[in-house]
Amino acid sequence: MEYVLSLLGPLSQGALVTLKLFVITLALAVPLGLALALVRVSRFRALARLVGGYIWLMRGTPLMLQMLFIYFALPFVPVVGVRFDDFPAAVVAFALNYAAYFAEIFRAGIQSIDRGQYEGAKVLGLSYGQTMRRIVLPQIWPRILPPLSNETITLVKDTSLIYVLALNDLLRAARGIVQRDFTTTPFIVAACFYLVMTLVLTWGFQYLEKRYAKYDA
Amino acid sequence: MPNTMPEALLQTREVMISAQDICKAFNGQPVLRKVSLDLMRGEVVAVIGPSGSGKSTFLRCLNHLETIDSGQLLIEGEVLAETNAAGICSYVPEAQIRRIGRKMGMVFQSFNLFPHLTVLENVIEAPMVVKGLARAQIVPRAEALLAKVGLLEKRNSYPARLSGGQKQRVAIARALAMEPDILLFDEPTSALDPELTGEVLRTMRELAQEKMTMLVVTHEMGFAREVANRVAFMDRGELIESGPAAEFFAQPKHARTQAFLHNML
Repeated sequence: MEYVLSLLGPLSQGALVTLKLFVITLALAVPLGLALALVRVSRFRALARLVGGYIWLMRGTPLMLQMLFIYFALPFVPVVGVRFDDFPAAVVAFALNYAAYFAEIFRAGIQSIDRGQYEGAKVLGLSYGQTMRRIVLPQIWPRILPPLSNETITLVKDTSLIYVLALNDLLRAARGIVQRDFTTTPFIVAACFYLVMTLVLTWGFQYLEKRYAKYDA
Repeated sequence: MPNTMPEALLQTREVMISAQDICKAFNGQPVLRKVSLDLMRGEVVAVIGPSGSGKSTFLRCLNHLETIDSGQLLIEGEVLAETNAAGICSYVPEAQIRRIGRKMGMVFQSFNLFPHLTVLENVIEAPMVVKGLARAQIVPRAEALLAKVGLLEKRNSYPARLSGGQKQRVAIARALAMEPDILLFDEPTSALDPELTGEVLRTMRELAQEKMTMLVVTHEMGFAREVANRVAFMDRGELIESGPAAEFFAQPKHARTQAFLHNML
């Protein structure tokens, strides 16, 4: 027991890195995903197709590959060549990747809204932008919360991929101690850390679902 | 068609909607064939006809929910769409379409209330967003409208908690909140249980008494006969005949109208 308690300190350090990546990714990927979805359903066909291609690319290649590419290869790409430090490189890769998944969730939500809502708004004089902002988007949240919660929970666990950039996240911290002490206990403690994080998220999403249920009869 | 106008309206024959030779096809299938209809200020015109006759499509063309292929649309004297000598149909610019469209309110068969907003919020949404009115400015008017349709006590309910008849009355109040000159009704009672149609028709009758200009696509023959000044009959995309309600029901001229009325009554 004392040994477990002694692990909490170093593992918390790792959990902090995990949480930091998680929060920043979410804060970037959700708005970016929404923007991509809005372009995807817009009448600008060429742009919509471009976004479709982007989503295909981001969902069609491994996140780890994208991360390695941004960290190791991007600096040598002509014109766009940017050099990121290890943590920012991870953030950029995660945000770009998750935005693609979120975009598809938002698109499904937007397209699930009945055409009558657009017509009802149009005959009242609302513009397309006003209709989206005031009528359509507020209605998609209760519908997309379940898939959004899925993706968010996956994100918590995907953060462990940043070990390839030698970042000391929760899992890498645990593995370091496992190799040092020749016991697998740190893995179990780390698992508990992940479980607590996903439990908090699950509760959070349950709360939101309940809050949005009020107008769904 | 001056001889079809009620006497009282002859002095103020202001044409609110003028539709001339409207044609419209869906995937090459014609649904409107040269439909022409004028709507005068203060007039209530009922458009009747079998399902698939194009009457809803015609109504939806008037406020740009559908675009016409050819013909001419004038709303209160302003051109919405017209067709040149070469047969090319063109609409006025988008901003103008929206401005002209605001002269007309619309009530749908499926209500199309905003489910995430309360009854009151449904009514004040467009005045706030489109007209930029402050909440405090519009709420008293919205409440008066809700009282008028008998639903003031439901102001804080969500649409899901209302019956179909109540939803439709909120939809009417919502349309009126934008102070339109013309109200278009697209089968407003067709989605309602029979016992709920009465309350909606009562509200519409009150509006007619207040001389609201109304174009009503309906299956309610009783409403057409009692409330409408004029009745127009459509079949297979054509406007077969129109005339004063009493005359129309007593002596329909066209064989297709006779057959339709015979089946309905």
